[in-house]
Amino acid sequence: MDEFSRLSLHVPEPAVRPGDEPDFSTVRIPKAGTVPRPEIDVDPETIRDLAFSIIRVLNREGEAVGPWAGHLSDEELLTGLRHMMMLRAFDARMVMAQRQGKTSFYMQHLGEEAVSCAFRKALRKGDMNFPTYRQAGLLIADDYPMVEMMNQIFSNESDPCHGRQLPVLYTSKEHGFFTISGNLATQFVQAVGWAMASAIKRDTRVAAGWIGDGSTAESDFHSALVFASTYKAPVILNIVNNQWAISTFQGIARGGSGTFAARGLGFGIPALRVDGNDYLAVHAVARWAAERARRNLGPTLIEYVTYRVGAHSTSDDPSAYRPKTESEAWPLGDPVLRLKKHLIVRGVWSEERHAQAEAEIMDEVIQAQKQAESHGTLHAGGRPSVRDIFEGVYALMPPHIRRQRQKAGY
Amino acid sequence: MARMTMIEAVRSAMDVSMGRDEDVVVFGEDVGYFGGVFRCTQGLQAKYGKTRCFDAPISESGIVGSAIGMAAYGLKPCVEIQFADYMYPAYDQLTQEAARIRYRSNGDFTCPIVVRMPTGGGIFGGQTHSQSPEALFTHVCGLKVIVPSNPYDAKGLLISAIEDPDPIIFLEPKRLYNGPFDGHHERPVIPWSKHELGEVPEGHYTIPIGKAEIRRKGSAVTVLAYGTMVHVALAAAEETGIDAEVIDLRSLLPLDLETIVDSVTRTGRCVVVHEATLTSGFGGELVALVQEHCFYHLEAPVVRVTGWDTPYPHAQEWDYFPGPARVGRALVEAMEA
Repeated sequence: MDEFSRLSLHVPEPAVRPGDEPDFSTVRIPKAGTVPRPEIDVDPETIRDLAFSIIRVLNREGEAVGPWAGHLSDEELLTGLRHMMMLRAFDARMVMAQRQGKTSFYMQHLGEEAVSCAFRKALRKGDMNFPTYRQAGLLIADDYPMVEMMNQIFSNESDPCHGRQLPVLYTSKEHGFFTISGNLATQFVQAVGWAMASAIKRDTRVAAGWIGDGSTAESDFHSALVFASTYKAPVILNIVNNQWAISTFQGIARGGSGTFAARGLGFGIPALRVDGNDYLAVHAVARWAAERARRNLGPTLIEYVTYRVGAHSTSDDPSAYRPKTESEAWPLGDPVLRLKKHLIVRGVWSEERHAQAEAEIMDEVIQAQKQAESHGTLHAGGRPSVRDIFEGVYALMPPHIRRQRQKAGY
Repeated sequence: MARMTMIEAVRSAMDVSMGRDEDVVVFGEDVGYFGGVFRCTQGLQAKYGKTRCFDAPISESGIVGSAIGMAAYGLKPCVEIQFADYMYPAYDQLTQEAARIRYRSNGDFTCPIVVRMPTGGGIFGGQTHSQSPEALFTHVCGLKVIVPSNPYDAKGLLISAIEDPDPIIFLEPKRLYNGPFDGHHERPVIPWSKHELGEVPEGHYTIPIGKAEIRRKGSAVTVLAYGTMVHVALAAAEETGIDAEVIDLRSLLPLDLETIVDSVTRTGRCVVVHEATLTSGFGGELVALVQEHCFYHLEAPVVRVTGWDTPYPHAQEWDYFPGPARVGRALVEAMEA
């Protein structure tokens, strides 16, 4: 007999499936305030353990504790809460609008509002994000007009993308928001290139790349880490680990590495994990990374540990692959409720004011929606011209496309 | 016989193949437990186990590259790329690896893989969920390219593809998954259960790769089409009253030149239809072949009807899609020339 038994293929499986009790017992969550805050010029070799921990600021009592706390004023925190509430209300209305046939498709942020809203406030005007489809908080927190977002979602006559792009694939150079691709991971390495250009030109602006847990499996993710590492690009590389890539749990992309943040270690890139549902922690870590980039100390890789409470998109039904109650069992709670509690503990907020703000924000979103709908929705009212199909393929329209446009009657 | 949608037919082909040959494995993004975003692999993991049908990381180059390695070992991988628009990261593996393994090793290694991809528009998918990249594959020596237009063909051709000794690109027109769509998007969806080609044997059968099928006999003009455009062309023929002969190519490479030449020689006129963009599209190849083989029988220039040379727009989808009105105008143009 051979000393080796037969091989078998390992295919990772999530702990639970529909019908099972949710189980997050394997998610190790350190107490808030316990993870140290290194100096920004730290030798990455000495902070490898940060890739396996979770930086948290807000504790169960709603207090901000530890070395990552204390960087935001009451005013800034109240604004942050408002941004997250606005994004949530915006999402709720747009999911409903999709069900009403006003658009073909929508993707919401439910449970992940803190990540993009808090991150934006750590950047400066002029910095550039290369986002995925679930970072609209970058726009909301930069006061990009909601009406413009809705015009894009409704593909109406005022759509800044002229009906060409899928809903939520926004673009705004002015607001530091690179045009979103419908393909995955491509933007991650582009962010590194933008940052390299900023360094080549001796600029002061920095870039941020965004990617989901699932898409870290794409080659472009690994290309981004190589380039960022080699050229010490002034870039913040953000992995939003929301546990699910459509139906595929994060273990399929992660494999045996323990965490996504740990992917940075082999490249010598400082790698941090942060509680993605903690507005203060997200902001503090983003600020740390942004300062590193701006001081020419190179890239930082950040993994935001969060949970996709809603469906992947309006085309998805998560009850087919995960327990319905899983989001309620998620141990890091709800980002809006946690910040709300903290502000109440700080003595600058109350249940009454929160309820009032909720109503006011919803009213604001509804007003914006009315305004956007006056310019049309996907199947009704004002729409982009057929001419817009042919414009913008090239800077100057070549003769063959002009002939086709004329053939189309425009 | 059973009534099947194209999704069920594709699933049945994989099911039958996995049941007959334990070397057939199926994987891709979301294809395991969930059964794929279009549900084409639903139930296969439960039936055959998670080492024969499983979820892959979101890495198209990884999916195709590992399939090539499995094929080199002796398995027969049938993998899914979630949308044809997502295949580009795998393009290197497909075009410079899969396509040439046999040639460069002089048959020492081969690459019997099938790469399934939903193709085409019609679901408001915008520029990254609507593309028809068939010409990017027919231009590559060593790949075979199949585009079925109905459940019966989809199953028979997919089983043939899985049993074929060479790498195959299997493009599934996603707008046909649930019914024979003829381009009339304003009308209610007709299900496959109401179409004769939605009648599909439950067991094993094959359709030879490289054989076209005449969907409508006619004498006035030959229409060359594949996938969704077959149904659009049939509608255009009915609506214009022009006695068109509609040929469903089914396989673009190898191509059934004999059926094409025989038809165009009889009708003397030809219209080529595809949803993909015009310039350097597969239609250009078809027109060249018709010109080479039927020049002295042609009574009019060959007309192409295709998607415009722009990215696939979201809101103006039906102004982009070459529907029955545009195909009808091309038929008239070919007749009046």
